[in-house]
Amino acid sequence: MYRYDQYDPAMVDTRVEEFRDQARRRIEGKLTDDQFKPLRLKNGLYLQLHAYMLRVAIPYGTLDSRQTRKLADIARKYDRGYGHFTTRQNIQYNWIKLEEAADLLGELATVEMHAIQTSGESIRNVSADQYAGAAADEIMDARPWAEMLRQMTNFIPEFSYLPRKFKIAVISSDTDRAALRWHDGAVKIVRNDTGEIGFEVYAGGGMGRTPFISFRIREFLPTGQIFSYLQAILRVWNRHARRDNIHKQRMKILVHELGEEEFRRQVEEEFQHFLTLGHDFPQEEYDRIAAYFAPPPFETGLAEDIDRSDPAFALWFDRQTAAHKAPGYAIVNISLKPIGEIPGDISAEQMDLVADLAERYSFDDLRATHAQNLVLPHVRKADLYAVWKALDDAGLAAANLDLITDIIACPGLDYCSLANARSIPVAQKISERFAGREAEIGELKLKISGCINACGHHHAGNIGILGVDKKGTENYQLLLGGSGAEDASQAKITGPGFDEDGIVNAVEKATEVYLARRQDGERFLDTYRRIGMEPFKEALYA
Amino acid sequence: MRILTGNDLKTGLVIWWTGQDWSLHVEDAVDVGGDAESILAQEDAACRVNGGYSLEAEREAGGGIRPLHIKDRVRALGPTVRPDLTLKPADPNAGSWVI
Repeated sequence: MYRYDQYDPAMVDTRVEEFRDQARRRIEGKLTDDQFKPLRLKNGLYLQLHAYMLRVAIPYGTLDSRQTRKLADIARKYDRGYGHFTTRQNIQYNWIKLEEAADLLGELATVEMHAIQTSGESIRNVSADQYAGAAADEIMDARPWAEMLRQMTNFIPEFSYLPRKFKIAVISSDTDRAALRWHDGAVKIVRNDTGEIGFEVYAGGGMGRTPFISFRIREFLPTGQIFSYLQAILRVWNRHARRDNIHKQRMKILVHELGEEEFRRQVEEEFQHFLTLGHDFPQEEYDRIAAYFAPPPFETGLAEDIDRSDPAFALWFDRQTAAHKAPGYAIVNISLKPIGEIPGDISAEQMDLVADLAERYSFDDLRATHAQNLVLPHVRKADLYAVWKALDDAGLAAANLDLITDIIACPGLDYCSLANARSIPVAQKISERFAGREAEIGELKLKISGCINACGHHHAGNIGILGVDKKGTENYQLLLGGSGAEDASQAKITGPGFDEDGIVNAVEKATEVYLARRQDGERFLDTYRRIGMEPFKEALYA
Repeated sequence: MRILTGNDLKTGLVIWWTGQDWSLHVEDAVDVGGDAESILAQEDAACRVNGGYSLEAEREAGGGIRPLHIKDRVRALGPTVRPDLTLKPADPNAGSWVI
């Protein structure tokens, strides 16, 4: 994985001390709240319902054991013993004290981590396929490019004062595990007819109150021109962006208003200009970065056999592992969705455990996923049983990847100052209602947001739930038909909303329609697309 | 009744105006009537509160104080999904007060 070079520690340490001084001045009354707020947000420090919340960047979701143990230490020392993995592969702490925040950031810096550009009108933490470097179906490891994009966009002032936030994702296979099309800008690594590797570029996606799926702005971009192309996109957005209206500042709105063809025309025009400036990195720089992501020393001649005599292990193996590019290895998905628990939450002790497993069994490599789970990317198949046993002992062996209890949920009104309704209790009730029925129902991605900002990705849920405020009480809208995968689609609202118990019943009715109408091999999403909304509405509102 | 809340500047914890000082417990809040703005200006200047605002609440039969909006009730108790982290960890029914 990437390691800091000589510039990174100096930049991060400087920012820590700068923030220490800013926090001191705020506590001493030398800065007003209005003056301090943008400064703390530039360091990932929010003020939420119960306390300050710190969002820590995990570049493209990649951690090593040293970093994971530090995250556990921070949970114990500065928080209340746990953290929360987010839908952008980051981790949040919910109980941070302003007077300790600089010390915390200083500790993060010792393991090459920070919270910069996890908030504000900046290019946010670059996300990527959590299987990068391991997936059997990838063209190449996406992480060197994700790291290149991170370096191109971190610490650069002009990318910290954009019209609004800008989210980037990178994938390298036809299967989209990173919700690519829901990002402001995204690249898919592809190979053209001549065998050359390049980027398929997407622009204009995003969730929030006005959701849009991105469009393919470039079919093939030579890899060495990515910085020029990104700058061209940002310049066109900067030129036209509605900085006067916060609800129209995201680039997706501009793409919609200009139209895809006109947006592309302007970007291509700017791109030709940027190509003349020599801003793109030389091949040697890519090679230098890529060397940090060299494949680990996989053993050869390993057995592929799995001992399936323990049925609980066999169930977990079938659900939670994925094909690895190296013979004898598997990718392990660790569910952070035990039945009835809080999606994405993990205790300090569990963090220590997964750090140990990463170090011992996965070449010191751990990934966070946008679905609020974790991944051990490189586990020998011969070690899977031992890994499963350790996970099971720690309450981390749920076998529900991409099933109805593998719910994405934002913190909602239990923590978030923007939320209108609680998300987590709804997730817990649905999880408990469907426990044991996951396999019968099959793949069903259920996503819950506590407000229209859509941090819980409800627009992309096969079943989505949106919490709203209805005259001071919580109300939940049901949506159907969304997808964050390679077949991206936007979910549609079924009709009037439900109360907390009503929405759980509504989800059950929707699944009953699916089970009654599905044809061989159909997922929930397939059946919905075939039969449409009406049969579901009839069942829900009869 | 109209009460005042905000977050403690240093710790971020939720606090309620008692008439003299700030308390972690909404039960200690007092009716500030029309004085909300002046109290908040004074407390903000003294760096004792962050993000202060006033809200409507009602006095309960048992003497407690219940904010009218659910968001403020969540603030007053703590996260309903982590009873152990609320101000009433020993009360299994504390979450129902929020809803």
